[in-house]
Amino acid sequence: MVQPVQIEGVAGKLLLERVCMDNVKTDGVLAGESSKEPQASQGAERQSSKKDRNLITRRRFLCLFGLAGAGAAVASHLPNMSAVAADGETGGGPRRLRRWCMVVDLRRCDGCVGLNKPPRCTEACIMSHYVPDGMEWVQVYRTEINAHSGGTYFFPLHCQQCENPPCTNVCPVGATFATPEGPILIDQQRCIGCRMCMAACPYDRRFFNWGEPNQPPQAKAMAYHPETQQPAYKGTVMKCDMCPERGRAGEVPYCVEGCPRGVIYYGDLEEDIATNGREIIKISSYLARNHAYRYKEHLGTQPRVYFIPGYGEDAGRNAYDPRDSRRKELQWPRGT
Amino acid sequence: MDELVKRHEREDLENKSPSPSDRTKLLGYRDRLERVALEPLAKTGKGFYLVVAVLGAIVLWGLYAYSRQLSSGLAVTGMGNPEARSKVVWGFYIVNFVFFIGISHAGTLISAILRVTNARWRTPVTRMAEFITVVALIIGGSAVIIDMGRPDRVLNMILYGRFQSPLIWDFLAITTYLTGSCIYLFVPLVPDLALVRDRLGSKLSGPRRALYRILSINWHGLPHQWRRLGVALTVMMIVIIPVAVSVHTVVSWIFAMTLRPGWNSTVFGPYFVAGAIFSGTATLIILMVILRKVYHLEEFLTERHFINLGYILAAFCIIMLYFNLQETLVPAYKMADEEPHWFHDIMGGRYSFWYWFYIFGGMLAPALIVLIPRTRKIAGIVLASVLVVIAMWLERYLIVVGTLTIPQTPYEQVSYTPTWVEWSIMAGLFALFSLIVVVFTKLVPVVAVWEMVEQHAEEAGHASVPSVSVGGREPAAAR
Repeated sequence: MVQPVQIEGVAGKLLLERVCMDNVKTDGVLAGESSKEPQASQGAERQSSKKDRNLITRRRFLCLFGLAGAGAAVASHLPNMSAVAADGETGGGPRRLRRWCMVVDLRRCDGCVGLNKPPRCTEACIMSHYVPDGMEWVQVYRTEINAHSGGTYFFPLHCQQCENPPCTNVCPVGATFATPEGPILIDQQRCIGCRMCMAACPYDRRFFNWGEPNQPPQAKAMAYHPETQQPAYKGTVMKCDMCPERGRAGEVPYCVEGCPRGVIYYGDLEEDIATNGREIIKISSYLARNHAYRYKEHLGTQPRVYFIPGYGEDAGRNAYDPRDSRRKELQWPRGT
Repeated sequence: MDELVKRHEREDLENKSPSPSDRTKLLGYRDRLERVALEPLAKTGKGFYLVVAVLGAIVLWGLYAYSRQLSSGLAVTGMGNPEARSKVVWGFYIVNFVFFIGISHAGTLISAILRVTNARWRTPVTRMAEFITVVALIIGGSAVIIDMGRPDRVLNMILYGRFQSPLIWDFLAITTYLTGSCIYLFVPLVPDLALVRDRLGSKLSGPRRALYRILSINWHGLPHQWRRLGVALTVMMIVIIPVAVSVHTVVSWIFAMTLRPGWNSTVFGPYFVAGAIFSGTATLIILMVILRKVYHLEEFLTERHFINLGYILAAFCIIMLYFNLQETLVPAYKMADEEPHWFHDIMGGRYSFWYWFYIFGGMLAPALIVLIPRTRKIAGIVLASVLVVIAMWLERYLIVVGTLTIPQTPYEQVSYTPTWVEWSIMAGLFALFSLIVVVFTKLVPVVAVWEMVEQHAEEAGHASVPSVSVGGREPAAAR
């Protein structure tokens, strides 16, 4: 375990330095300085944000990221969940704990209306996770920008993976729990189906297998693990798990992979980098420069998902576009 | 002040020896009471079997519905319907859970609080109140298990129970309360079980005779037995009150510990406790009027008892109105977040009919019925109680289902329509509640005979009958 741990630390540092340097070089203006000249720096920001999207290629990023995650990936398919819980604490060496997060750039999300398809993030999630019938772990809502303007925007909503999760607090049997790296997981082999967590979730991001889940044979054949939630069990709760096993393997979650517009960034708050599969961002400055917010911040749930406000303008969407997403046409993989 | 005067008068009377005519009057009362109380145990008419058959059939139907739910999962309920969209996660079962746990507070209030405050009129109603408590707790507990997606894993609550979860608090509080209520029902029952054993022993079949012999735990009314009974009763009646209060407080915390608009409230604990006592009292009045009629208890359950309970009901109508004002006005004044949805739904939207029925039919009307002398009759009070029980069930429905239909995220309207399975199981739960109560009335006297005799003697100023004083003092007869 020691060897990959060291690689990870070094790689992380290297990458961080790299990103920081690139940022300084091209921007000339760091997030902290931008307040001095608001107008000028805004212009610079817009330019720079376009520039730093192309600074590190996806290939390079994944190469470094993958190397970093390689060690952990070995441990990713351990059979029991104590491995999940302990994962961040074992290793002996000075190991950096991932803090997985997501940044959702709503400026680029048009709900896949432009493609005339159901939301691709939801679709990718459903198909790859064998999500049981009717559930949308990541759901693309369309909602009003504000009461007066009347325009709308699309709003992909994952489980917010709160740092102060109301759902895990109320679970009577500890079936849902927060892992040290962030994702909130559910042990469907322990869940008693009381649905208290669903009642407690202020984001309505938990789903229930009301009946026997209708899943394809390959899902049924999988060895159960809380990180994959497969196979699904009748009478238990499921939700978006932020694909921690993919993160460890140096891959991005299915929704990120599926998004044609690069709306969703996935990354590590600890290393302060995230990627949407094509570009890398330095999370802190990206959030600061783009007026990021967290959904229902006032509740104190401390979500790990950040939103950049927008209405799909970067994807060429008009705020008054009356078309809704085609999520009603989503298909679920079924067994029979 | 009155109490003091009465006590002095009583002490004066105790010093005199009772006149022979008083003694016969007293014995007459006792005989009549014993006859009336033991008659249902000795004789069983056709009506009883008919009632049991009907209730049993409904229970069986409910069981059939539950078997369907077990095989197909909760998908057969309205919660699993597509229009509930996984948002209305709790439905009829949790409504009934809260409702029945509420009903269970009848026993504590009437029995323990009135015993502690030494309200004399309570004696004929305590036994029934204690019945209701035990049975309602059993039914409420089953409703939760029925609601579980994985009833086969119910043991996980013990194996992996986490003390941080309100559901575990509930589990602990309800099991404690159930245990305490069983003891509290059983302790004052012992002298009456011995009475049944002594009076009816020869008339009963072998197994039943054995049952009473075992259950009366060798009670012979000896002085030290009376003393122990007094101590046990004193301890239990004091212990059971905080336990009961904790139970419904904790039930409310299942809701209040979440961030949902409509549940995220600091007043839920006392609000639920008051509502519980309110609906419990109403249920007790309904049960009393039925048993009074069926078992001819008119002499012992008089209009006075109904009126006194009616006053409690009216007082709680007003307390509940106050709580509703608090619970509605404070958030409605601020209209934060999603609260406007809630107020729109209950004041003028889809739940408005039920909400206003709850306010006017469930609290204002019953209060008026009891407070206006012309309607303050048994029939009026029973009508008020029926209204209260219906309204309190609706209130639970509005709190559980109504709140869950408030959108928390920008999603389309959801609705909840219970299916035949839920209706059947609910009917089964109510039938099971009635069935257990009915069978119970055939097994033990529905009124606490010894307490009533004691109280009658006290009122008549006699100390010549075995009696027990609260606090473990020796009974008068043993002195």
